[in-house]
Amino acid sequence: MLNYLWAGMIVTGIIYAAVTGRIPEITNAAIDSSREAVTLCITMMGVISLWSGLMEIAAKAGVIETIAGKMRPLLKFLYPELPSGHPAQKSIATNMIANFLGLGWAATPAGLKAIEELRQLDDDRRAGRAAGPVRKKGIASNEMCTFLIINISSLQLIPVNVIAYRSQYGSVNPAAIVGAGIVATAVSTGTAVIFCKIMDRRRRKRKNTLSRL
Amino acid sequence: MKLFLFLSDFIVPFILFVIIGYGILMRVPVYDTFVKGAKSGFLTVIRILPTLIGLMTAVGILRASGFLDFLSELLGQFTSYIGFPGELVPLAIVKMFSSSAASGLLVDVFKEYGTDSFLGLTASIAMSCTETIFYTMSVYFMSVKVTRTRYTLAGALAATGAGLAASVILAGMMIS
Repeated sequence: MLNYLWAGMIVTGIIYAAVTGRIPEITNAAIDSSREAVTLCITMMGVISLWSGLMEIAAKAGVIETIAGKMRPLLKFLYPELPSGHPAQKSIATNMIANFLGLGWAATPAGLKAIEELRQLDDDRRAGRAAGPVRKKGIASNEMCTFLIINISSLQLIPVNVIAYRSQYGSVNPAAIVGAGIVATAVSTGTAVIFCKIMDRRRRKRKNTLSRL
Repeated sequence: MKLFLFLSDFIVPFILFVIIGYGILMRVPVYDTFVKGAKSGFLTVIRILPTLIGLMTAVGILRASGFLDFLSELLGQFTSYIGFPGELVPLAIVKMFSSSAASGLLVDVFKEYGTDSFLGLTASIAMSCTETIFYTMSVYFMSVKVTRTRYTLAGALAATGAGLAASVILAGMMIS
C-alpha cells in the first residue's frame, strides 16, 4: 500500500510535470525536499530527545503507570484484544495525552514506542505466546489500525498554531475557533472510533462463524 | 481568548516542573534517567529520517509538478455541490500530506478572505481537527516494516472527511 502510494506520488508528479513543462522544477524540488527533511530532523532531534528524556523520568517515577491505569477502561474499549498490562497500553496512553495537550513532539516518540510494542505483540501472537488473531509479518494488526486512525483523527484540544496564525493576520478574536475546533475534533475522532469498532466487529463476527463451522 | 495563549505558554514549563519535581520526590536519579531517555529519542529521530526524506521528496515533487493544484481545482468544481467551498480544497488536500505546506496555504486564505470570514473560519477549524494522513502513516508503519495497512487509510479518510464536514457546518453557525 505505502509502496504504491509513494511510487504513485513520484511517478504522477514527474509525468504531470513533463506534460506541463515543469521538469526543471522537479529537479529543484527533489533536491530541496530531501535537504528539508534532514533540516527538519535536526530541528526535531533536540525537542524529541528532550521529551523522550522527560518521559523516561515520568515512567521511572510511576507517573505514566498511574495515568495509564486511569485510562484503562478507555484503552480496553478502544483495544479490546490488547492484553491488560501490556506495555503498549502505557505508550498509547502517553501518546494520547501528549496529543491532547498539543505536544506533537512528545507524542511522536511515545507513538513510535507504542507501535513497536504492538509489533512485538503480533510476534508473540505468531509464536502462540499471546491471545488474539495471528497475522503474517508485515500486515497491520487491528490494534495498529485503530492506533493510527485515532492518531490521524486529531486529538488536539487547543490548536495553538492556528490561533497564533489568526492573531498574526488580524483576527478580532483569534481564539474564537477553540470551541468549534473541539466540537469538530470530537466529530472526527468519534467517526474514527465508530469506524474502528465496525471493522473490529466485522472481523470478530467472521471468526465466530468460522469457529462454529 | 488570552487565556488559551497563556495556557499554551505555561504548559511546557508546567510539565517540566511537575515531572522533574515528582521524579526527585520519588528518588529517581533524574539526570541519568533523562540522558538515557534522550538517547533513545535521538535514535528514534535517526530511525525515521530515511522515511522522512523519502516522503518529503515525493510530496515536494508532487507539489512542484503542479499536480496538487490541478487536483484541487478539479475536485473544487465538484465539492461546491456538496457544500464544501472549492477555495479550501487545496488546503484540505495539502494538509493530508504536509503540515507545514498547509500552514502556508492557511495563511494565504487568511490574507485573501480574512481570518473571520466564513472561509477563514472554516479553514481555521478544519486545520485544528485534521492531521497529516500520509506523514503519520508512513512514519509509524515504516518504523515497524508494515506494508499491508488494511483499513487504516479508509478510516483516516473517513475521520478527516467528517472533520471537514463539521468545520463547514460549525463555521456557518458562527457566521450567522
